[in-house]
Parts: sequence; C-alpha cells; structure tokens
Amino acid sequence: MRYLPLSPTDRSAMLGVIGAATIDDLFVDVPHAARRDRPVDLPFHQGELEVERALSVLAGRNRTAGQGPFFCGAGAYRHHVPATVDHIIQRSEFLTSYTPYQPEIAQGTLQYLFEFQTQVAALTGMDVANASMYDGSTATAEAVMMAARVTRRGKAVLSGGLHPHYARTAETLAKVAGVEVQRLDGAIDSEAAVLEAIDDDTACVVVQTPNLFGTVTDVTAIAAAAQAKGALLIVVVTEVVSLGLLKSPGEMGADIVVAEGQSIGNALNFGGPYVGLFAAREKYVRQMPGRLCGETVDADGRRGFVLTLSTREQHIRRDKATSNICTNSGLCALAFTIHMSLLGEVGLRKLAAVNHAKARDLRDDLMTVPGVEILTERFFNEFAIRVPTDAAALVETLAGHGILAGVPVSRLSPKGGMDDVLLVCATETTTSSDIAALVAALKGAF
Amino acid sequence: MLFTKDHEWIKVDGEVATVGITAYAAEQLGDVVFVEVPDLGKVLAVGDSLAVVESVKAASDVYAPVSGEVVEANGDLAAAPETVNADPESAGWFAKVKIADPSQLEGLMDRAAYDAFLASL
Amino acid sequence: MSMNSVGRPTQPAPVATLPGAIPATLGGGRGLLQDEGLIFERDGWDSSGVDLPEPSHDASDLGDLVRTAPIGLPGLSEPEAMRHYVRLSQRNHAIDLALYPLGSCTMKHNPRLNEKMARLPGFADVHPLQPQSTVQGALELMDQLAHWLMTLTGMSAVAMSPKAGAHGELCGLLAIRAAHEARGDARKRVLVPTSAHGTNPATAAFVGYAVEEIAQTADGRVDIADLAAKLGPDVAAIMVTNPNTCGLFERDVIQIAELVHAAGAYFYCDGANFNAIVGRVRPGDLGVDAMHINLHKTFSTPHGGGGPGSGPVVLSAALAPFAPTPFVVKRGEAYELVEYREGEAAKAFGRLCAFHGQMGMYVRALSYMLSHGADGLKQVAEDAVLNANYIKARLSGVMSAAFEGPCMHEALFDDHWLEGTGITTLDFAKAMIDEGFHPMTMYFPLVVHGAMLIEPTETESKAELDRFCDVLLLLADAAKAGDVERFKGAPFHAPLRRLDETLAARKPRLRWRPELSTNVAAE
Repeated sequence: MRYLPLSPTDRSAMLGVIGAATIDDLFVDVPHAARRDRPVDLPFHQGELEVERALSVLAGRNRTAGQGPFFCGAGAYRHHVPATVDHIIQRSEFLTSYTPYQPEIAQGTLQYLFEFQTQVAALTGMDVANASMYDGSTATAEAVMMAARVTRRGKAVLSGGLHPHYARTAETLAKVAGVEVQRLDGAIDSEAAVLEAIDDDTACVVVQTPNLFGTVTDVTAIAAAAQAKGALLIVVVTEVVSLGLLKSPGEMGADIVVAEGQSIGNALNFGGPYVGLFAAREKYVRQMPGRLCGETVDADGRRGFVLTLSTREQHIRRDKATSNICTNSGLCALAFTIHMSLLGEVGLRKLAAVNHAKARDLRDDLMTVPGVEILTERFFNEFAIRVPTDAAALVETLAGHGILAGVPVSRLSPKGGMDDVLLVCATETTTSSDIAALVAALKGAF
Repeated sequence: MLFTKDHEWIKVDGEVATVGITAYAAEQLGDVVFVEVPDLGKVLAVGDSLAVVESVKAASDVYAPVSGEVVEANGDLAAAPETVNADPESAGWFAKVKIADPSQLEGLMDRAAYDAFLASL
Repeated sequence: MSMNSVGRPTQPAPVATLPGAIPATLGGGRGLLQDEGLIFERDGWDSSGVDLPEPSHDASDLGDLVRTAPIGLPGLSEPEAMRHYVRLSQRNHAIDLALYPLGSCTMKHNPRLNEKMARLPGFADVHPLQPQSTVQGALELMDQLAHWLMTLTGMSAVAMSPKAGAHGELCGLLAIRAAHEARGDARKRVLVPTSAHGTNPATAAFVGYAVEEIAQTADGRVDIADLAAKLGPDVAAIMVTNPNTCGLFERDVIQIAELVHAAGAYFYCDGANFNAIVGRVRPGDLGVDAMHINLHKTFSTPHGGGGPGSGPVVLSAALAPFAPTPFVVKRGEAYELVEYREGEAAKAFGRLCAFHGQMGMYVRALSYMLSHGADGLKQVAEDAVLNANYIKARLSGVMSAAFEGPCMHEALFDDHWLEGTGITTLDFAKAMIDEGFHPMTMYFPLVVHGAMLIEPTETESKAELDRFCDVLLLLADAAKAGDVERFKGAPFHAPLRRLDETLAARKPRLRWRPELSTNVAAE
C-alpha cells in the first residue's frame, strides 16, 4: 500500500522489540463487544489510476463556472488567481507544516501571517487584524459575540441587506450565548434602516456593504448613531475586491470589520475552504477571537514573529476563552497574502475598477431586455434585477442552455417575498460575449 | 499584611483593603504580561474572581479575600504589567476594596503563618 | 606536451578550523538560507505583479463612496514574489522533511493525489449556489464521503458542515442541547475528564453548560466511580476522547456509555485520536452518540501551517434529527442539498456557517479513503499503534513513560527522568530542533508533569523511527550526563534562537507600521 512504508519484516521485528506476539495484543483494551472479525463494509484499496477515474467521473457531473457564461456571486466570487499562488502554497514547507507553535522553525508561516494581518488591517482601514477565521459567516458570528462581551449588552441588530447565511450563522451562535437578534427585513437599499433599531441595550449593529443586493452604503452616519448609544458597528464585506475601489469601513467609523477573503487567492471550491478576515480597533484587541501573530526578538536580538496574546484562546483559558476556535484558515490565508502581494495597491485598484466597469457594462446591456428592471442603484460588481417570472425557474432554464445566470434571492431567502429577484455579478473574468449570450437568452425567455 | 491560601495578600487601612498576589505566586506565574483589574463599583463576595493575571502561557484568577465593593483599581498595571513581578507586594497591587464584613479577616494568615504554609507545600 | 590546466585547486585546502572560529557571514544569509524582510520593507508601493486590462468605465457613478486615501499595500513582480515566499518557506519545518511527532495532531503524510483531485475544475471551479441540477457530482461526492464516515464509525447520520474540529464540537453539543430541549429537559452540566483538550471545556462553557471535571485513575483512564458520583439528572453530556489524550484506550468505555445513558445524558466523543482505531473499532459500537472527526488528522487533509480543517460530526439515530442544515439526501437517482427544514423537522438547531462545508477537504478525504479502502484503513490504525509502541519500547529504558502497558497511537512520557539534570521538557524539545526534528507535543495533557506526547503515525518507515529514537536517546544521554548548555541555549542551529514571548505579549505589535523602528526590543 503506497502510503504505508512498513513491510511485514519490519512489523515482525518491531513486535519483537515491543514484546508483543501480534498486533492484536496492542488492542487488548478494546472491549470484546466492539471487536470485529472482519474489515468494515467498504471497498478495499485502489491504485491512483482507479481513484482518479472514480473522482473524475464525479467531477465530470458538475457544470464548472468556466464552461460558459457565469454570473453567480452572493458571497462567493469567481476571480482569476495567478498561477504563482497555487504553486507556492503547494510547497512542502507550507502545505505540510503545522501551526507555528515552535516559532524557531516556523518563521515562514509566522512572517506571512504578520504580512497577512497587515494587509487585512490596511484594506479594512482598521488598527489590527487576526490571522484569519474559518470564513466570513463565522467571523460575523464571532464579531457579534465579541461586541456582546465588550459592551456587556444583549441585543444585536442585523440589517436586511446582510447575507442570509451570515445572518443565520450569527443567529445560531447568538441564541447559544443568550444574545437577542433582531433581523430587519430584506430590502435593496436597507442598511440605514438599522438606525431606528438602535437603543441602549444594543451591543452591535451589523451592516453589509456592498450588501446582498449589491448596494454600496456610506456607513459613517450608522457608525456615529451606534457609538452615540454605546453600541459597536460591525461592517461585513463579502466581496473583498470591493475594498480596492470603495472607502474602507474603518475610514467610515466601523468598530469591527469582518469579511470573506475567498475572492483573493482562493477558488470557488463549491463553498469551502474559504478564509474569514477579522479586524478591529486597537482597544478591543484582547477581546478578539482567533490567532494573533506578533513581532518580537530572539535571544540574539534578531527580529522574529510568534503567536501571541494566547491567553484569550481555548488551550489556555479553556472554559473562559473568547472563543472555542483552534484552527485558522492557514493555507487559504497564505493564498490570500500571495495574491495580494502580487496585486499590490496598484493592481488591486485596477482589478476593482475592471470589476466595476464590467458590472456597469452588464447593467447597461440588461437594461435593453424588455421586462428586466435594474433594482440596485449604487453597486460594485454585483446587483439585483427583477425579472417578469420566477427567478429560480429562469436560472434553471438558462442552465439548461449552458448559462449560469446568477443567484435567485429565493435560494437564500425562500420566504423573503422576492421570488422574482435575481442577483447578477460580473468580474474581470466576464467577457462581452458572455454578457451578450445572457442578454440574448433572457430576451428569448420571456 | 494578611495572606490567603491562594497566595493573595491583603493590607487593611481602616475600611479599605488593598489586594495583590504574593511574591511566591508572582514567581510561580512567570513573566506577567497582562492584568485584568476589576471595574470600580463592582461588588464582590469572598472567593469571587477579583482580577485575572496573565502570563504568556497561563491565565490565573485572583480571588477576593473578603467581600466588598471595589473602590480603586491599579491603572498603572496596564502600561507596566511587569510591576507585578518586580514588586508584587507593594507597587504591584491590583485593587482596593471597601470591606463589607471585617470578621472575614479573622480567618486569614499573618506573615509567619503564611511562610509556614509555603514551607509545607 | 601542451600545458592545459584547470586554473584553480580541486581539493579543499588543509586549513584547520577550530569550532567557534567559524566566521559569521557579512550580509545576513547563511548558505542556502536567505535573510528575508517583510514585503512592506522594500519599495514596492507603485508596483504590481498582475497585468490587467484598462477598465471600460470609470467609477464616477459612485461619487463619494470611492476610496481616495491610499491603502498601503506593496506589490511584487512574479520573480520577486516567488523569491520572497520560497525564502520564507525555507524557514519552516514540515512533514515532508522529517517525522513530526506532535501527539494529538496526527502528522501523517499528505498524499499528493489528494491535491490533484481537489484541483479538478469540476470540484474547484464550481459555485456553491449554482442550481443543484448542475452540481450533482459534488453532491454525490458529499454523499459518498458521508457514507464512508458513517460506515467507519457505525453511526446513523453525519453533519458535514463544521469547518474544523472545534466547530464540530460546537455542532455536537448544540445537537445534544436541542435534543434535551425537545424533551422539555434542559440540563445544566457537562462532564469532562481532567485530561481533556482545551476545546472541550471551552465549547461546553460557550454552549452555556457548567463544566465539571472527572478524575483520572492511576492508570490514566476515566475514574468510573467519580463519573458515577458526578452523574445526575442535570448532566447533559460527557465529552470523552477515546483513545484518550494520554494515548490510552478507555477500556471501560462501554460501561461509561451505559452510565451516561442511564442518567439520560449523551456521550460526546472527541474524535481527534480516531487514527488509532479507524477500520478496527467503530465508536457507534462503544455507545457514542456524537463524534467529530478531524479530516485534517485521520484523513490526511493537509495541515497547511494551521488550517483549513474540516470537522464533520457523526451522530446516533437519537441525535440525527437535531443536525444542522444543510445536508445531502438521495432521492431516487438524484442528490438534493436540503437547506431549509420546515415544521417538525425544524428541530434542527439551524445553520453553522455559510454554504455547505469544506468541499475542498471532502475531495481530499474521499481520495484518501478510496486509496486506502477498508483493508488499508485497518492497516493504518495498526501501523499507527505499532509505530507508537515501538517508540515507547525503544525509549522507555531511558525516558519515563507516564503509564505502564501498551499505548495506542501515541506514547506519553513525563519529566521524572529529567529530575536532577536542571533540564526541562521545554529545553529538551528545543534541543530536538537542533537535531532536525520538530518537538513533540509538550505540556499536554495537563494531568502529567512536563508531558511529552509522541505520535509518529503510520506513514513513518522503520528507518525514520529508528533515526528518531537514536537521536532522542543520544539527547537523553547528554541530558543525564550534565551537558546542560546544549539544552538551555537550544536551538543554536535553527533560523532563529528562542524568541521573547513575554515581550510579544507585553508590547503587542501585530502589524507593520511605517513609523515604528524595526527592532521592537529597542522601545
């Protein structure tokens, strides 16, 4: 078996050194009732060729985003990742290394995490960022928990423009922690509606920009209103490329910024693994969940990096930890950092500009389709349209013609009363012939 | 100065008691990197967590030796947590508590008794 | 004759070099190891390594929403980026370099076939919200993986979405809490052995339970008498790792399950150590109600410097109705991802994260399972246990094993054998670094003094095991012989010496800033 180096001779010799007659002697503590006389009921081992064939068949049953015109967004975005990124993350020393608990032999990991934290803080306009969370949705939930701890209050207000999966995830955790969640109704341009819901019991308001429907919002007024009442403003960003064009949440007054970093460095991967970004104001650093990498010196005075402020974490605080989190999203954070390093500010700004321009092209051409109404006024690379039919059925029909036309809102919000609303997204990977194909298909559909 | 079996010291001045950790505790903890002091006005029962002392690898609760209300907290520790290691039984104090029940002091050890207790560990 | 000559010597000159007289390098590099600063410390503010077309429109439609202030991100050309990250990579230890003995982490070889399969466009270039009819292959893969997990564990259901082990623990406890609430029997306590991993009490406390510890017997197992005494009608669950964190199989596990069930509580099993029994023992046969499986441990998905992980949770029939959404069901020939539950079925506690889980890790794990098969997985457990016992046998003469008798997949030592040497577990570990090995897990579990937990896994050859043991025995001899400096000053040969963690915690510097000096100790 290609992954098992021991030979039968090795095994005999080793049993001899141990002083056991057979391997079963080493399993002597297993209760008789649980001992098995035969292997479990699953197929036996296969060579690489067979495994490749089996998995290729499964892969072949999926329509890929690259196979035809593609307009899906809603929290996961198709961008072009330079070949260098995937090549570097597969280096042995990155792929097969562990959490950097022995910093002397993990400076590779620790240094890129420090660079990652700096990039995330810069992008979000905040003081400090952690070394990544599982994804944007769990980062949002953890931010709500943190706000409750910091303010010692028990209510969270979630805007109607927050991604429904993120809202549900936050609700699950909030319910556990005894934090009352008020979810406002979904509406295209709804972030400011949170202003009316803030009171003296509010721990935080959570707004998303660009929101689910693509609307970009200046949250400065929301920040001021929240802070006037002693509440924290949490800003959620699901399309991190937008930060290359738009004012940062930190600049607009956010207390905590959480984001999904998948757009940079990471493929769509059918929903995971992704990488959550978490950034906050300096004064809240000891209440932050997740790993933190910090700068220090070694015994010879050379600069180095270590995991720090570990007393917040589960392995030390145990039942008093700020979170139960153990893992970060290591390799995905590395991919983010490499891609962001290749882009630089210059490249990111251009990438964002191209995305926005493509979306404007898409909007302009969709406006020529009779029956289609553009719902979102100010958007980055994604916006909502109303179609004169059930959006989910329409998407299914167009998929049959080889076009992945976007995400129907009803997929995320089945009872939201928006069965005729479709979210469409364009990125730098969208071509004018893609857009032309979509327009033609829609014209033919109704 | 009086001492508890959990290595807190308490220095009484009229109604107010100053609380900290002993030199023994500070040494056991190693380098102190952060101290979470209580809020003013917090009302504590004896044995409640008064403060949390953090070293790099551990976080330890400091227990209230007596019941009372927190009237002052040592703000200097935020910028200089190493004071707890350098001068644990004086400048490294954590908080001052207005004593609710002076009879609770009777169960505490004096220096000689505490030293004997340490020798027995 | 024609006098052709090479023009330079071809043998090393006989220069005597005394140890200690090795000249320091002048520029910071050392042989193959390059010195490498931060990307922010070079002048890349106006550069980019990505070529992009010009946008067809400007952003005037967004007015004041457009960012005007600089972001502060340098860019690197591709050659510079490659050098930067390759230089960083040389400063990391890795499984691909040597036996990585971290107990409880299962540092097994990461098969590269898994990487190839995960990158097939049919898995990698697929959006989670495409119509389900266009992703039947992905849903089928999830269903197959679920089948393997349930069959290997003998359980009825599996919640696939948790993104890591700790996330899986949360999922399991939330299902347990939902199950109690559905009976109108909300309970208050969770019991956890003193040897438990920190995520166990952290998760239980977060879910709102009071955490109580169960004592350990002298032979490293759960104290059944103490468990029985602490059980009561207000106990929601016990969280047990089996094999436990001391590397020992809980021989009374069936009795533990019976006691727990009799009290109306559930048995949560932390599956971190599943590698010891996979393919040989099914947790379902032991009475387990919920168990998270770390795909990045037992099923070889890469550790990646700290993540991403994946922590699906297998569930008993009693807990299955309380699993979170989404999950995959087969209806006829088609696969359906169930994302919402209505009415009766809404007992599920909700959603744990966006989308459907760690698909990239599912592909890798299934690739691993198909490669090994039922026979290979059984061999995995056996070789893992054999390798750990071999190390234990070779080292026990010199190092003090914490418990007698055979261990499972990891061997636990304490620091009694170092008494009188002045050398601590930490010092010993740092000296291992000089010898080319990543240290074992240290100071965990907490129940043993100066713990050293060694887990080789099944992918180590006998030659590598012997090399590891030979080095540890040499180090142990040196420790006992009083060669204190070797240990106290270690590591000497790593890219950096020991780092000042106190300074990092007292004066946290968590990002680069242009105005700060490069030497944080100088402040």
